[in-house]
Amino acid sequence: MIDFLASNFGVTLAALGAALAVFFAGIGSAQGVGIAGQAAAGVVTEDPSKFGKVLVLQLLPGTQGIYGLLIGFIALSQIGILGGSSDISVAKGFLYLFACLPMAFAGWRSAVSQGKAAAAAIGLVAKRPEQFGKAMIFPAMVETYAILALLVSILMVSAIGGMNI
Amino acid sequence: MDDKLFTYAVARIRSKELTLFDKQDLDQLLASKSYNDALRFLNEKGWGTSGNETAEQLLAEQREETWKLIHELVDKEDMDVFNIFLYSNDFHNLKAAIKQAYVSKDVPNIFIKNGTVDPMLILESAREHDFIKLPAFLAKCAEEAYEVMFHTGDGQLCDVIIDRAALEAIHARAFETDNELIRDYAELKCAAANINIAIRAQRTQKSYEFLERAFVECATLNRKRLVEATLNSEEAIYEYLETTVYSDAIEAIKESPSAFDRWCDNRLINQVRPQKYNAFTISPLLAYVIAKENEIKSVRIILSGKLNSLPEDKIRERLRDMYV
Repeated sequence: MIDFLASNFGVTLAALGAALAVFFAGIGSAQGVGIAGQAAAGVVTEDPSKFGKVLVLQLLPGTQGIYGLLIGFIALSQIGILGGSSDISVAKGFLYLFACLPMAFAGWRSAVSQGKAAAAAIGLVAKRPEQFGKAMIFPAMVETYAILALLVSILMVSAIGGMNI
Repeated sequence: MDDKLFTYAVARIRSKELTLFDKQDLDQLLASKSYNDALRFLNEKGWGTSGNETAEQLLAEQREETWKLIHELVDKEDMDVFNIFLYSNDFHNLKAAIKQAYVSKDVPNIFIKNGTVDPMLILESAREHDFIKLPAFLAKCAEEAYEVMFHTGDGQLCDVIIDRAALEAIHARAFETDNELIRDYAELKCAAANINIAIRAQRTQKSYEFLERAFVECATLNRKRLVEATLNSEEAIYEYLETTVYSDAIEAIKESPSAFDRWCDNRLINQVRPQKYNAFTISPLLAYVIAKENEIKSVRIILSGKLNSLPEDKIRERLRDMYV
């Protein structure tokens, strides 16, 4: 085991990065969608006609999980686990690991926060369904920070392959 | 339920808040030409099922539905904080049971159903003069009140002992929780009771011993200074209140006891109103119970005003501010 890790340390680190991006962003989205789902269920219990509106709000925190999957997928492609050579240096392995972290952590925390904002927005829709557009904007603002993390992770993961280290 | 965030429950309460009466609804109810028109308006708003209910049945039904909803939304372990609202009913039942045991006669319809302790258990304990089966918060004062009632026949003193114990139980339990809303509720309830006692006791020239027995400890009023002011004069009470957070209540107190009651209810509603914008925690649920009680109280005022053909402006000045 130790021998395997020593000879494949670079790719192990890179795979760890990909796993973290999927893992943390996925956890965050599951929590966020779960929180918003509870609020949505509460509203639909009283007024089933609001199902369509609250469903859209419930799904908003789900995007971080998709972003994490995307980063994980790109990272796995770049490091050759999905095909080609997976012989990468330890330095590159570390770089891939760090490249995945913005998506992992910003994805995780932003999804939970977005879930809470979505739950509050669902409360707004419960009382004022005509304000659905405004209710969408509040949780959508949280998405900004997940997108920033996604951009940085994509730029880093894509650029590392071309580096000569 | 998500780690005490009460997300599902608060979302349901948000929808339920839509059915609470706002100022416009109360104005419409107030504009009803007669008592029967007012009942019809309530039926149209979804109060009652058959359309033949009496006013008391409608109000009782609303209260029952509120508690049914709360029991559905809140786990048993979290119901404790809601029981604070029901303690008054338990203590009312204790008064009724001791007095019924004293007169050795069955008096119908004197117990309130919605308490935390079965009224029949309280009655049985009073009849057998054995309060050990009752919860500690009731048993403690029950013995003292029973002894006073049976040895002196003084119903008022019996009531004073139980009323004070009720307020102490509410205050103590509320301050065991870390919920600010319920703490403020208990504090206001105790302070309002103390102010009411002070004014009435001053007007009826009650003794120092009576005041010591009647006043309850609370954080916003100094018991010693209130006793001194009450023994002195009504003006001294107002002077003392001027130095407290209840200074803006003085005008209402001077006006009438019902004006002060209204001031207290309005203050409570203003305290809980920010919960309309809180998407999590148990506080919006507590606020809903308070808002519903406030609504029931306002509807009762309008209905009894209509029944007694009071002029609209006389009823209006008794109405409370609404939560929504």
